Amino acid sequence: MASITLENVGKVYPGGTRAVGDVSIDIADGELIVLVGPSGCGKSTLLRMVAGLESITEGEVRIGDRIVNRVEPADRDIAMVFQNYALYPHMSVRQNLAYGLKNRGTPRSEIKRRVDEAAEILQIGPFLDRKPRALSGGQRQRVAMGRAIVREPAAFLFDEPLSNLDAKLRVAMRLEIKQLQKRLRTTSLYVTHDQLEAMTLADRLVVLNGGRVEQIGTALEVYRRPASVFVAGFIGSPAMNLLDARALPHLPGSAHAGTIGIRPEDLTVTPDGPIEFSVTAVEELGAQRLVHGLANGEAMTITQPSDATLSDNMRLSFDRGNLHLFNRETGRRID
Amino acid sequence: MKRTIFSNQLLPWLLLAPQLAITFIFFLWPAGQAVRQSFLREDAFGINSSFVGLTNFRALLSSPEYMNSLQVTAVFAVSVTIMSMGVALLLAIAVDRMLKSARVYTTLLVWPYAVAPAVAGILWWFIFNPTIGVMPYVLDVVGYDWNHISSKTDAMLLVVIASAWKQISYNFLFFVAGLQAIPASMREAAAIDGAGPVRRFFDITFPLLSPTTFFLLVVNIVYAMFDTFGVIDATTEGGPAQATNIMVYKVYFDGFIGQNIGSSAAQSVILMLLVISLTVIQFRWVEKKVEY
Ligand SMILES: Nc1ncnc2c1ncn2[C@@H]1O[C@H](COP(=O)(O)OP(=O)(O)OP(=O)(O)O)[C@@H](O)[C@H]1O
Ligand SMILES: [Mg+2]
Repeated sequence: MASITLENVGKVYPGGTRAVGDVSIDIADGELIVLVGPSGCGKSTLLRMVAGLESITEGEVRIGDRIVNRVEPADRDIAMVFQNYALYPHMSVRQNLAYGLKNRGTPRSEIKRRVDEAAEILQIGPFLDRKPRALSGGQRQRVAMGRAIVREPAAFLFDEPLSNLDAKLRVAMRLEIKQLQKRLRTTSLYVTHDQLEAMTLADRLVVLNGGRVEQIGTALEVYRRPASVFVAGFIGSPAMNLLDARALPHLPGSAHAGTIGIRPEDLTVTPDGPIEFSVTAVEELGAQRLVHGLANGEAMTITQPSDATLSDNMRLSFDRGNLHLFNRETGRRID
Repeated sequence: MKRTIFSNQLLPWLLLAPQLAITFIFFLWPAGQAVRQSFLREDAFGINSSFVGLTNFRALLSSPEYMNSLQVTAVFAVSVTIMSMGVALLLAIAVDRMLKSARVYTTLLVWPYAVAPAVAGILWWFIFNPTIGVMPYVLDVVGYDWNHISSKTDAMLLVVIASAWKQISYNFLFFVAGLQAIPASMREAAAIDGAGPVRRFFDITFPLLSPTTFFLLVVNIVYAMFDTFGVIDATTEGGPAQATNIMVYKVYFDGFIGQNIGSSAAQSVILMLLVISLTVIQFRWVEKKVEY
């Protein structure tokens, strides 16, 4: 049990690539923080710096109240779940779980107790004597989790642990991870590029872009008040409509904003709405449909119930409070 | 796979003919001759030969010289294998850690493999030559009197070094490929699991490398036993006092120098059986993919 603090952390790879710059995050004891962002934004790099697998070239990482910049991975009291699980293929599941404990000189009876307990929690008891290759993807994922929890570390680090599972299993495991984390109350840092996974798992999420923090907040905070154009476009599905203010000069706030954002679900069809909308395509999702079209030449998407009648040209209205305004130069939110 | 249909029945055979001819003339026919002659004894003038059954084999197995050769071969093959694989593995591990800058290094290390055994032999013969070589001079400084012409140990060391040296590059390439095939995350997971570099090597890397290691083990034994004729011939010629007279060299020596064709043929048949059994072991294991 420990808090994790990143203070102005940066990473420049040998060769000069800057992967991360000036990242500061305070992770409270027991909190689950999700790092989310597009591919290549430096999520893995940041996580690996906390794990000790990558050197920290700028700033400071603290686990508990110990500065760990120069501490070996083994001595940081963390456990990591890898994207490819990184199970030892020549060891049985039981040996995989026990390996970290064995290396630390844990007594044999204690190892057995903890392995059995973890196997019970994760329902991998029946596979303990199998080799990893004789397991399905989902079972391997559980073993990888088991290897992390037997150690009872101060923190869990997850690097896209669900990305190799099929969509359905991913949703199920997502929930299990959340429940497990709440039950064990172990501080966790979780990396994903999937914004939905990030929103559902996170106590707070950290949106990264180009190696920098765009916003830190709870799922709702980030969803309701995105701090920048990037966050606005990245969080939420279907994505927020981001319109050039110059193309829609009659919208409120367009005089001083560069970009106006409005979520598809916040637009309603009304005969006398201020926005003229011509439909170009419709996507059926079952419960609702996505209607794509143009408003003053700007691409725009709205959601409609699947039983709503659509016509080629409609007028849309919105609640002023649902508009998000962003600065033209910086892309930051204006309030 | 694309299947080609030949309308002419003769063409496929014509295309195969050169390869078949080479296999037949340089392998099957001599092998058959060796088997035939191993059951024959020629008279003193080499004019008549008579069938003598297993006599040649029996004579061999009760000959102390042949027993010595078996022993020398075993020591030689094991030493060459351990040395060439050991050094190659150390180099491969070093390269694996810094693979970016390893290109040049790798290229340099591969050169020896292009060198013919006899040339390698002569090279090392020069380096270790008691009168003009550089190594005896260096060894003399540390108080070791090197002389592979009179010392059995020195002679064995020389042929082992000369033979192993050439094979290191080959082993190195396979080990580097094997190491590269182990996902980095496996070693990282072990590092987080509290295993230091040495333990990581023995618990994770080495077991995961075992298919490569086993493959190389067989290849190197086969090499040391059958492919080192040139090295021996260019350096010690089996001496001193039979100390480096390994089986392949003895086949040549007894047959061509000693003119004892029957015994020489029997020796090559034994060698052939050894190659065949090593190959069978290898294929069996490759099929099972080395359990892990
Ligand atoms: N070992 C390395 N040497 C040099 N540059 C690297 C190295 N590893 C990563 N990078 C660079 O650092 C940046 C961040 O990479 P990182 O792997 O952290 O991204 P990521 O957010 O995890 O992406 P993904 O979602 O695709 O896994 C990328 O531009 C990448 O090219
Ligand atoms: Mg990544």
